[in-house]
Amino acid sequence: MEVYLFYIVATIAVCTGVYLIFEKNPVFSALYLIQTMVCIAVLYILLEAQFIAAVQMIVYAGAIMVLFLFVIMLLNLNIGQEKKDALPYQKIPAILIGIALFAVLCIVLKSKLLQGKQGEYTTAYINNVGNTKLLGNLLFTDYLLPFEITSVLLFVAAIGAIMLAKRKI
Amino acid sequence: MINASIMTFNILNILPILVLAGFGMIVLVTDVLSSRKWVNRNILAYISLIGIIIAAVLTRSSTGTTLFSFNESFVTDNYSLFFNFIFLLCAGLTILISHNYIKREDINYGEYYALILFSTIGMMLMASGADLLNIYIGLEVMSISIYILTGFKRSKLISNEASLKYFLLGAFATGFLLYGISLTYGTTGAINLKQIASFIAEKGGMSDPLMVIGMGLLIVGLGFKVASVPFHAWVPDVYEGAPTPVTAFMSVGPKAAGFAAFLRIFLTAFGSSHLEWQKIIYILAILTMTLGNVSALSQTNIKRMLAYSSIAHAGYLLIALVSANDMGVSATLFYVLAYIFMNIGAFAIIIVLSRKGDECIQINDYAGLGFKHPLLAIAMTLFMLSMAGVPPMAGFVGKFYIFSAAIKSGYIGLAIIAVINSVISVYYYLRITVIMYMKEPAREFVPLTISPLMVAAIVISVVGTLQLGIFPSKVMEIAQRSILMMR
Amino acid sequence: MINYLPILILFIIAVGFAVTNIGLSAILGPRRPTREKLTPYECGIEPVGTARERFSVKFYLIAMLFVVFDIEVIFLYPWAVVFKSLKLFGFIEMLTFIGIMLVCYFYIWKRGGLEWD
Repeated sequence: MEVYLFYIVATIAVCTGVYLIFEKNPVFSALYLIQTMVCIAVLYILLEAQFIAAVQMIVYAGAIMVLFLFVIMLLNLNIGQEKKDALPYQKIPAILIGIALFAVLCIVLKSKLLQGKQGEYTTAYINNVGNTKLLGNLLFTDYLLPFEITSVLLFVAAIGAIMLAKRKI
Repeated sequence: MINASIMTFNILNILPILVLAGFGMIVLVTDVLSSRKWVNRNILAYISLIGIIIAAVLTRSSTGTTLFSFNESFVTDNYSLFFNFIFLLCAGLTILISHNYIKREDINYGEYYALILFSTIGMMLMASGADLLNIYIGLEVMSISIYILTGFKRSKLISNEASLKYFLLGAFATGFLLYGISLTYGTTGAINLKQIASFIAEKGGMSDPLMVIGMGLLIVGLGFKVASVPFHAWVPDVYEGAPTPVTAFMSVGPKAAGFAAFLRIFLTAFGSSHLEWQKIIYILAILTMTLGNVSALSQTNIKRMLAYSSIAHAGYLLIALVSANDMGVSATLFYVLAYIFMNIGAFAIIIVLSRKGDECIQINDYAGLGFKHPLLAIAMTLFMLSMAGVPPMAGFVGKFYIFSAAIKSGYIGLAIIAVINSVISVYYYLRITVIMYMKEPAREFVPLTISPLMVAAIVISVVGTLQLGIFPSKVMEIAQRSILMMR
Repeated sequence: MINYLPILILFIIAVGFAVTNIGLSAILGPRRPTREKLTPYECGIEPVGTARERFSVKFYLIAMLFVVFDIEVIFLYPWAVVFKSLKLFGFIEMLTFIGIMLVCYFYIWKRGGLEWD
């Protein structure tokens, strides 16, 4: 059942991702991006990562998408206004390289080499302890330093917003 | 149940980082309160300098040990301490040369100093990070601070454009880096560099193609930060648009931090399979050196010229990475230190000659400087000769060590290409000297006002350039003791 | 996974409800459009210009600051879950984090980042 769910959701995610790229209206692109984010949140749930799924919904599909929409409104891109291709010579090599990378990924997937190291936490263990609890324990003990530095990172981001986007200082 | 193991928690190791973070916040709070009578904005530079000096003293006090802390994700060894010194020196010199500049350009905000201190935190974390997560977060803190600093001249379009360009391309590069990290994690199941190394050793090399792709993406991400060809396209525009002291800062700091992380990751985590990545870096090094030097030949704007020259220097440093031996590591440390003195010194002279509304950055603007301001011209000549690698300057010794490291590892062809490149570079570095002394002044030189802080910066740079060039052995000894201890 | 069944059912009902109603009104409703009926507010004031105006960058600033503090709050959740087992250590840890964010908030406030000038 979970496998089928995975295939359904993954297909939707890929389709909306493709629509996102080929959609002319940037607001629609943003809406497709929200759909992709929601699908990824479902994939996280399938991986028993409920907390990450919630964060994905709250932060990405919520807050960051609002930010995206504001930027689109700020730029006020005119719909249907075809831009001249500034880099015409890049098109064909880009497509070829993209296909090549995709082929490499397919070969890797097919050759069953994709067998990374098994993690120490099994699904049963995670379900027993609780995903959020496990994550909290790791984050606040082993990964304490990155967590604290994150506050500096957020601070820098706030300074950036003020310095670059505020009219009067 | 889980027992929350309070791990190897050693606050002393991150004390310099804490001090810098604290002083960064003090600077900001002082600045936002500066509408009050008792606070003067001019003291902000001094507060930041005090913070840097305290951090340097704390760094000095813990030399000679190798300590892992925070679940083995943060390492304090001579290698990271040497790099921390380099970053602190770079931040200190930048503050010295920017004090007058930002007052003149009406961008005297506390954020300027705070962002320099915060980005130094990021660099220190990159040099000390023993797992990919710490290195990544350090890189983000450093990069985002510098994106903002690039756009710090808020009313100037060229500065805004540079900031946007740097940010967009930098975000893509970070994406590559993260993808590389996740593929590495996916195959090895570890983000700790030691564990990655032992996993690869167990498997007997890079058998997994995903691993190879991950490593390649890591090269892309870090290659962008150190401005190596073909990830260099942003460099000239960003260097030209950024405020000049910021250009000085970012041509040295992020490059040094990028190489710190580059060496740490590739020599420890991927050390056992160096034959694989050496080929890639080998080609990158040749491209970077050659393209940097050849493009610099035709520049008429001195900031763009120094941008291409900084690409070329990244190429020389990549040679040290290719050699992948202890000598290469110590040569990198020495070269980066020498590069700080000569590069920030050169930018200091550019700032001294510029005025508000007139950046004075065309190379022809320097005509006749030798007669009008002989001391400045002598200093500039010294820095240019040092960058060209003329003995007895610091740059020569640095290049000598790097090329010997390459020869020691058997890369004689690479060393020959590097020497040819050095010879090419002499042309454009000496052109400035020739213009300064041999040409009639194209314009009036107004009387210059040099602040004491600026004098201090130039004197430190001159002394550093000569000291490292004439008596390199002492610093080289320290550098040799600072090779990576993680293996 | 079975725990998510109610959510799935709710989701299906929500989508089905919307699709049914819009579909029914599209099929059944008569359509006689006039100029007046097609204006955004049929009984409101006359529209002045287009709705495709550029937004001010101020909205972006507020949204950006919101994201910063949103992420801060996200970290509080797993912390609260493991708070009991971490004891004082976890408390000090979070105090440092919140302290830095508090300085950040103070800075934004004093810089006028929250004002609509």
